[in-house]
Amino acid sequence: MRRRTYQWLYPVVGFVFILAVWQAYVDWSQISKIVLPSPADIVRTSISRYDLLLRETWPTALESIYGFALAVLIGIPMAVAIANSRVLNLSLYPILIAMQSVPKVAVAPIILVWFGLGLQSKLAIAFLVAFFPIVVDTATGLRATPQGLLELARSLKASAWQTFWKVQFPAALPFVFSGAKVAITLAVIGAVIGEFVGSVQGLGNLLLSANSQLNSPLAWAALVWLSVLGIVLFAAVALLERLLIPWASTSSH
Amino acid sequence: MAAASRGQSQSAPEPFGTFRHVRKLFELPGRPDVVAIEDISFDLPDGKLVSLLGPSGCGKTTFLKIVVGLIPASSGTIQIGGTEVREPHEDFGMAFQQPNLMPWRTVLSNVLFPMEIRRESGQSVRRRAQELLNLVGLTEFENAYPSQLSGGMQQRAALCRALVHEPKLLLMDEPFGALDELTRMEMQDLLLEIRSRTEATTMLVTHSIAEAVYLSDIVVVFSKRPAVVADFFEVGLPYPRTTAMRYSPEFTALEHRAGRALGIIR
Repeated sequence: MRRRTYQWLYPVVGFVFILAVWQAYVDWSQISKIVLPSPADIVRTSISRYDLLLRETWPTALESIYGFALAVLIGIPMAVAIANSRVLNLSLYPILIAMQSVPKVAVAPIILVWFGLGLQSKLAIAFLVAFFPIVVDTATGLRATPQGLLELARSLKASAWQTFWKVQFPAALPFVFSGAKVAITLAVIGAVIGEFVGSVQGLGNLLLSANSQLNSPLAWAALVWLSVLGIVLFAAVALLERLLIPWASTSSH
Repeated sequence: MAAASRGQSQSAPEPFGTFRHVRKLFELPGRPDVVAIEDISFDLPDGKLVSLLGPSGCGKTTFLKIVVGLIPASSGTIQIGGTEVREPHEDFGMAFQQPNLMPWRTVLSNVLFPMEIRRESGQSVRRRAQELLNLVGLTEFENAYPSQLSGGMQQRAALCRALVHEPKLLLMDEPFGALDELTRMEMQDLLLEIRSRTEATTMLVTHSIAEAVYLSDIVVVFSKRPAVVADFFEVGLPYPRTTAMRYSPEFTALEHRAGRALGIIR
């Protein structure tokens, strides 16, 4: 118990220390707010422009969540197909790898041409970046079913469907969630990429326009809100993991 | 069911299982074939506990997997209950070297897994599972997850799972091999206790001479790989067996016989 409290304290102390050094440097050097606003400036702006920042958070959050959800809805069935079929594995896997090696920033303008400036184009980019870890981790998990459990299922004459649904899939869930946790943070990045390339709303859009008006404190505040959004979404997936597969976290002790 | 199978064995001298010239050879790409089992023939009498005793890697686990229908023999015949075994059968129950419990299921739900596969549920099925758990002393842990249990407790739950569908043939692959000596002895007595109630024909793989003699009606000694039957003998000690018997001269004599067959004692 005591040890846990300390573990929690370390990053907090480190974080506070960095902020203090940053604040001291800005105060001492009299550096322009445009180049480097102080932590106090950023916090002040985050609070005074609360309405604006919150309003711009929703579009970015929705783009990330929808893109992530679509990646889960398409990625998991695709992983199931890849894990269970040699032909699909051989034909789809190289395509997936090739797709993954294409920089998504480079694809973003094309996607904008297809889907326009609205939500769909951001959703599509978020989907593209979130898709890969979900497919790969789920497929890995489905193939890593303990041999003993598969033998047990066979010795009981379980059908292919029963073996999949009652053994393979639940055994793969921890892998699915580790992929999903990576995917949700990537989805936020994907949404911001989309907003950078062309949009009329969202935190990424706000950051760009604040920057072009040399309103650095607001740009930094948008950045802070973006990271908070990423952390909150990640925590939501982690919480879902705890609720859905409580056994995976208790098995470590 | 137990009484019926007992009665049958008395009226008809037919053994429950027969194994004739079972041979298994593993073909490895780019390397010479490995003969795991050379030639195994023996009869499995109805309702008896038979131990397959042999050194590590001698092919006894492979033989068990052939009997249960998980892998095919290269040649020879395996008959259980009068029919040739080609695939796993509903009347078989298997306990593995590892407990193989599913970490996402509670203990009770793990025990009920075979019934779920057979699409059988309801109060009576549940009660049977709970009775088995009670018998092995896990009633309090019904709703616990396997990770919350010790190795011995997990193996006890696995034993319940192997028995929940009331199999006619119980196959055990070194089920106590991963346990410490004291837990192991406890589990042996527990197995004998359970058997005195169910009387399923049981085949158990072990590399412990003492375990084979203590538990079995019949001991089949396997030679080193490629396996042949090095010896086959009846233990003849009465049930219930007691710890004191482990130190009796008859027991020691049987251990010696098994040791000679294994080539440990000359």
